[in-house]
Amino acid sequence: MTVLSDLAENGRGQLEKWGRFTLFVGRLFAVSPRALARPRLIVEQVHNSGALSLVIIMLSGLFVGMVLGLQGYDLLRRFGSTESLGTAAALGLLRELGPVITALLFAGRAGTALTSEIGLMSATDQLSAMEMMAVDPIRRVCAPRFLGGVIAMPLLAAIFSMIGIFGAQLVGVTMMGVDSGQFWSQMRSAVELRDIVEGVVKSIAFGFACSAIAVYEGYHALPTAEGVGRATTRTVVTSSVAVLAIDYMLTAVLL
Amino acid sequence: MNASNAMAGATPGEAIARLTDVAYTVGGRSIFDGLDISIERGKVTAIMGPSGTGKTTLLRLITGQIHASRGSVIVDGEDLSRLDREGMYRLRRRMGMLFQNGALLTDLDVYENVAFPVREHTDLPEELISRIVLMKLQSVGLRGAARLRPSELSGGMARRVALARAIVMDPKILIYDEPFAGLDPIAMGVVMRLIRETNDALGLTSIVVSHDVHEIGRLADFAYLLSGGKVIASGTPAELAANQAPVVRQFMGGEADGPVPFHYPAPDYATQLLGTGGNP
Repeated sequence: MTVLSDLAENGRGQLEKWGRFTLFVGRLFAVSPRALARPRLIVEQVHNSGALSLVIIMLSGLFVGMVLGLQGYDLLRRFGSTESLGTAAALGLLRELGPVITALLFAGRAGTALTSEIGLMSATDQLSAMEMMAVDPIRRVCAPRFLGGVIAMPLLAAIFSMIGIFGAQLVGVTMMGVDSGQFWSQMRSAVELRDIVEGVVKSIAFGFACSAIAVYEGYHALPTAEGVGRATTRTVVTSSVAVLAIDYMLTAVLL
Repeated sequence: MNASNAMAGATPGEAIARLTDVAYTVGGRSIFDGLDISIERGKVTAIMGPSGTGKTTLLRLITGQIHASRGSVIVDGEDLSRLDREGMYRLRRRMGMLFQNGALLTDLDVYENVAFPVREHTDLPEELISRIVLMKLQSVGLRGAARLRPSELSGGMARRVALARAIVMDPKILIYDEPFAGLDPIAMGVVMRLIRETNDALGLTSIVVSHDVHEIGRLADFAYLLSGGKVIASGTPAELAANQAPVVRQFMGGEADGPVPFHYPAPDYATQLLGTGGNP
């Protein structure tokens, strides 16, 4: 009986959490048009979430592309089709690795920064002060950060894929001796618009999920050092699981 | 100093905020039960009481950040329980609040902090905003600190900037949460003078939550003493000082033990030390 009641209690708690998150996202959407009327605030956040994440995204993209070049070359060599390396690398990066790894890195770099920033604003009464100045903190603080993340994420994913393809070319063509013409021409003929669209759709969806989770956790963090720390951890864990789950669902739909 | 200085436009004796039979319960614990408080227009009213009696909770009730479980809270003619979010925001434009730590926005400098409410609520040209902000900073003596960041300010300066920000939209009611906590005597004197002068010069109503008996005695026109979720005494600071009720005497005299016990409720000391009362 205790186990059952514990399970029921836990289920109710999870439902409540989902309800709160849904309401919060609803409010974010409701205030977003007014937040869009002040583009300067959003541009600032695109800079904070996007431009400041560029180094980690570009470095990771380069190494992932290089690994893809090595592994892809080894695999394709067994089938005698190393000239398809460009296609394999491009499809892997554009459709899957680019959006997913960028989103995971985004959750770790920009998501945690958003959560801790908003959480600390709450802990130091800055959000309450805004409420008292008749300024809605969700409109003034959360919505610009959410929208900034949504805009930054597809741009970062595109840069990741681009650098990744360059990394694969660096290993495949420069180091392993794959023919440069074949590498690029096969890629150009095999990669279709829908492959790129799949990656863009995924990265936008991940941007929505990661940014919404980050601002939600920050806004609802307990106003203590421990509370903000826990909220930051939850941002990374929840965002990562959400990205992988959404990736599976979108892949199933878009294939 | 203690005389009422209600300005023109304020009707002396009229309540600008009134809490009637207010109860507030959180997590099954009763914070207030049957609280009656009336804040007179144009005066500096102090809310005092031992730590943990819910003074800050009372401010949150008056500002509509939380709602009473029972009773009514009426501020400037508005029943807070009937206001929606927009209505609450309209009311808050007529209020200013000074948080204990200043609560300045850390990503903005002093000037932008003071300009923040003006930018959010009006479309005034930059030139006019600049004049308003400089005038408010001048009134708290910090015009020269306009471009400092909040991290570069002392506690007293941060509170003065927060005061400038709180008055920048010309509110009717100004609320101070522990304005003297952690200040050195000079900064305390400055903040005290500013509260009095701001109240009288701008014709405001001020509510000051504090447990600094001495400062409140010099500053307030009227004071409420809270304990156990109720008002246990009220009157002018002089009347409270003359009150002979044991709990009032303990608070006003700063005695460590009395009706408010020194020890938090605990099992019998000897039993616990000898190991039969269980670990804490």
